[in-house]
Amino acid sequence: MKRTKIQTTADDHRIAKLAAFAIALHMIEAVIPSPIPGVKPGIANIVTLYVLTQYGFATAAWVSILRVFASSLLLGQFLSPTFALSLGGAVLSLMMLWLAMHLPKKYFSIVSLSILAAFAHIAGQLMIVRLWLIPHASVSYLIPIFAIAALFFGLINGLITAKLIYNKASNKPEMPPL
Amino acid sequence: MLNFSHNLKLAVKSLRLGDWLIVAGSLIAIVYLFQILWSSEHATKVQIRLGDKVYATYTLNQQRDVHVHGPIGNAVISIAHGKARFSKSPCHNQYCVHQGWLTRAGQAAICLPNQISLELIGENKPYDSLNY
Repeated sequence: MKRTKIQTTADDHRIAKLAAFAIALHMIEAVIPSPIPGVKPGIANIVTLYVLTQYGFATAAWVSILRVFASSLLLGQFLSPTFALSLGGAVLSLMMLWLAMHLPKKYFSIVSLSILAAFAHIAGQLMIVRLWLIPHASVSYLIPIFAIAALFFGLINGLITAKLIYNKASNKPEMPPL
Repeated sequence: MLNFSHNLKLAVKSLRLGDWLIVAGSLIAIVYLFQILWSSEHATKVQIRLGDKVYATYTLNQQRDVHVHGPIGNAVISIAHGKARFSKSPCHNQYCVHQGWLTRAGQAAICLPNQISLELIGENKPYDSLNY
């Protein structure tokens, strides 16, 4: 029998490595209890944003989607509502990033992209909740709370990403001591 | 700690004009969302349902007790100047009575054993067009 070897490129390796980072952050977040159910900081998105600025949109999309699939498999949530929410949020925030990366760099830094993507993320999740999981108008009461969380965590994740990019540009160690 | 505040200062300095605009715009949008989604519209009417039918609709601008005869007995619904409640119910668990006064449009109290429910209705029923 002839053994076929899967040909991988350097790009594939890089995507796998970066996705592994994102999965690790996702796992860390999964074990941290959240004070409000459903509100999570989404630290894995730091990786997506960082990859977007360093390697472009296609790599960022790969890393983000791979992260969603692999994390759900590891947590035993594959094809569950949690997985659908995660995927919906990821897809919508990728679409938002695709639009927002055309904003003029002079005025909009990665922090803007992070906040916009966070809003797109909750928009995607709330749409799934409204259309599928809880088809009732009362879901709209949750919108302001999730919007606050999106702004807060979007801002923080964006600032962390900005710091990582700054460190990379000035060849400092990747992780700043806090 | 010093390093953290240094990092924070650096981070704030790295924000550009558009970033500030987006933060400000988001804050305004959030305040607006709170106002339109959390503002409790004043209720004007109470709708009483018995089983799958609307039993009666009363204006809240009055003081009266309504007696409704459900499958397991007689329930008393009190209406008093803009609010309504179950004040007596023959049901076993008394959840409907313990729910107390309903004051805002969209609020509801349901007595499952007796198949009676109250719903407060405002000038226009909120989000109805979105429902289906």
